[in-house]
Amino acid sequence: MNLTRKVFSREGFLTLLLLSVGGVASVAYAIPIVAFVLSPLIKQEPKVWRDVGGDSSFKLGETVQVNFKYADQFNSSWAGPTQYTAAWLRKLSPGKYVAFASYCTHLGCPVHWVSAPQIFLCPCHGSVFTADGSVAGGPAPRPLFRYLTRVRNGRVEIRTEPQPTVGFTTA
Amino acid sequence: MNALLGMAEKTYRWLDERLGIGMVTRATLLHPVPRSVNWWYVFGSAVLTLFIFQIVTGMFLAMTYVPSPDHAYASLDYISHHQLFGNVLRGLHYWGASAMVLLIFIHMTAHFLTGSYKYPRELQWITGSILLILTITMAFTGQLLRWNQDAYWAIVVGAEQAARTPFIGTWVAQLLVAGQHVNGATLTQIYAVHIWLVPGAMLTFIGVHLYLVIYKGISEWPVPGKPVDPKTYWAEYQEILHKDGEPFYPVAISKDAIFNLIVIVTVVALAIFVGGQALGLQANPLTPANPKPDWYLIWDFAILASIPPAATPWVIIFFPAVAFGILFVIPLANKGERHFSRRPWAVAIAATAAISTLVLILLGYQEPWKPVLTLNSSGTNVLIPTLPKQDYLSLSLEAQKGAQLMHVEACLSCHKIGNVGGQRGPNLSAVGDRLTADQLTWRILRGGGGMPTYGNVLKPAQLNELVAFLETRSANKPQQAAGPGSSP
Repeated sequence: MNLTRKVFSREGFLTLLLLSVGGVASVAYAIPIVAFVLSPLIKQEPKVWRDVGGDSSFKLGETVQVNFKYADQFNSSWAGPTQYTAAWLRKLSPGKYVAFASYCTHLGCPVHWVSAPQIFLCPCHGSVFTADGSVAGGPAPRPLFRYLTRVRNGRVEIRTEPQPTVGFTTA
Repeated sequence: MNALLGMAEKTYRWLDERLGIGMVTRATLLHPVPRSVNWWYVFGSAVLTLFIFQIVTGMFLAMTYVPSPDHAYASLDYISHHQLFGNVLRGLHYWGASAMVLLIFIHMTAHFLTGSYKYPRELQWITGSILLILTITMAFTGQLLRWNQDAYWAIVVGAEQAARTPFIGTWVAQLLVAGQHVNGATLTQIYAVHIWLVPGAMLTFIGVHLYLVIYKGISEWPVPGKPVDPKTYWAEYQEILHKDGEPFYPVAISKDAIFNLIVIVTVVALAIFVGGQALGLQANPLTPANPKPDWYLIWDFAILASIPPAATPWVIIFFPAVAFGILFVIPLANKGERHFSRRPWAVAIAATAAISTLVLILLGYQEPWKPVLTLNSSGTNVLIPTLPKQDYLSLSLEAQKGAQLMHVEACLSCHKIGNVGGQRGPNLSAVGDRLTADQLTWRILRGGGGMPTYGNVLKPAQLNELVAFLETRSANKPQQAAGPGSSP
């Protein structure tokens, strides 16, 4: 074999050596870089309960915006506005709540609650949702996402979630 | 004077001996081009010039811009309003980017229509297509660095779209926002992509693209009835250069120079007189927003609003995949006629693409699908359109209350009366002519066709008030400003 003879020649050996050195060096640098970039996929964020107000401060049947902090544990000191997110909270009965993610289920734009007609309107492509989060019109494929809620010691709490469709686990 | 010239020549000789400037410059400037090279060949060099200016303006903007989510907006505000020529510099960068996107499309269309991508310049087209994708990536990430409400929600919407990728969607989306939601690392990652990763890739591909211009030569203007045959083309091309060629310098390059000058003067004028793109309100997920992409992506925004909802997940992924996929398979048809007069399909495809893009951009700015929700100046609240008082002052008390309910119940967000209101639902300016009181009641209570049901929201009295007002809307009554009616 011509190729075998070439590989085992002095020139062939040195070429292989050069390629291997380059390969090893590239891999040695690539592993930490790829891991660095992929770390958000590997390191999953914990889910924590956030206090959004006292049970008594919410009126029955009313939908209001509540703001809370994500469970971002590492880079929040410079995260500015990105540390927070909003939900639309509705008191169904004493001690019982439903919290809708403000992300429209079509493409994620922030839906806005209009209280008189009791609807959520999406400013991007005009999806409409009713007070219980179900679709009343527009391109949204599914009802609004819901956060888990609970009442503890008279305080209403919401459990944090990733951005919907990136992985909402509760609804 | 002579001594000075002598010194200059000496210096040049000294440098040339060590750097070989003359050799490289001669090879580039004097490489032969077909004499048929005309004004349709000037766009590529303008794109290159703009790219170089983008790097320069970007570099200087980066000296003040702070790529951190808590200070990015404030630093841009400083650049725009306090730094000397800051808004002009932002304008140069913004208008330069817009011109670059526009001219790339014109450059591509010209070479598509003249079949310049055919043998032996297939890789010229492929590297150009990669550069197009990279440029759009630059335009998109650049818009995000503005770190206003549009930017924040464009990232969210971008992630939502990426999440629809089959199988790996969630990973792609998380990679895009550098986490499981927009967070402290998102903006810095976008910044690094915008100033290092993509420009680095672009420099590489521009290098290959330009090398190919010299190595495979500039294509001659096509002649109808003279198809490309890979077996004979190269010899024919050499013949053209030999018989009817001229050095790139000074004739062909002058056309480039003149067009470049026009482009640069336009960009500079826009930067001075219009300035940078308005900053808008700072990114804030806690206040309402009316997000919208810049013009170079608004056509995609319009597509997603106009297609049937069920098609959305398919269109989000497959439309760009197919559109870009087509770009890469075009040079497979590397033989045959080059002139557009012999390629009706090519002309039809280019015209369809250009017209539909224009229509979609216009549609994207009008947003007929969108309920009208105006933000107040601080961006903290949403305003719903209100009818001017004189429109209903002469009506019965009941109808007057109905007119006010049109605002309170957000009817006017979707319906137009006269000049006020949205285009989402039917125009109600003359609804009294086409629907009876019973029909109006039925529609309001039941909703449907994208309209929510108002049955469990309105009190019976309110319903009557609304119907009483709507019944007065007629094209025949001159005191009411009536727009063109559309069927419900």
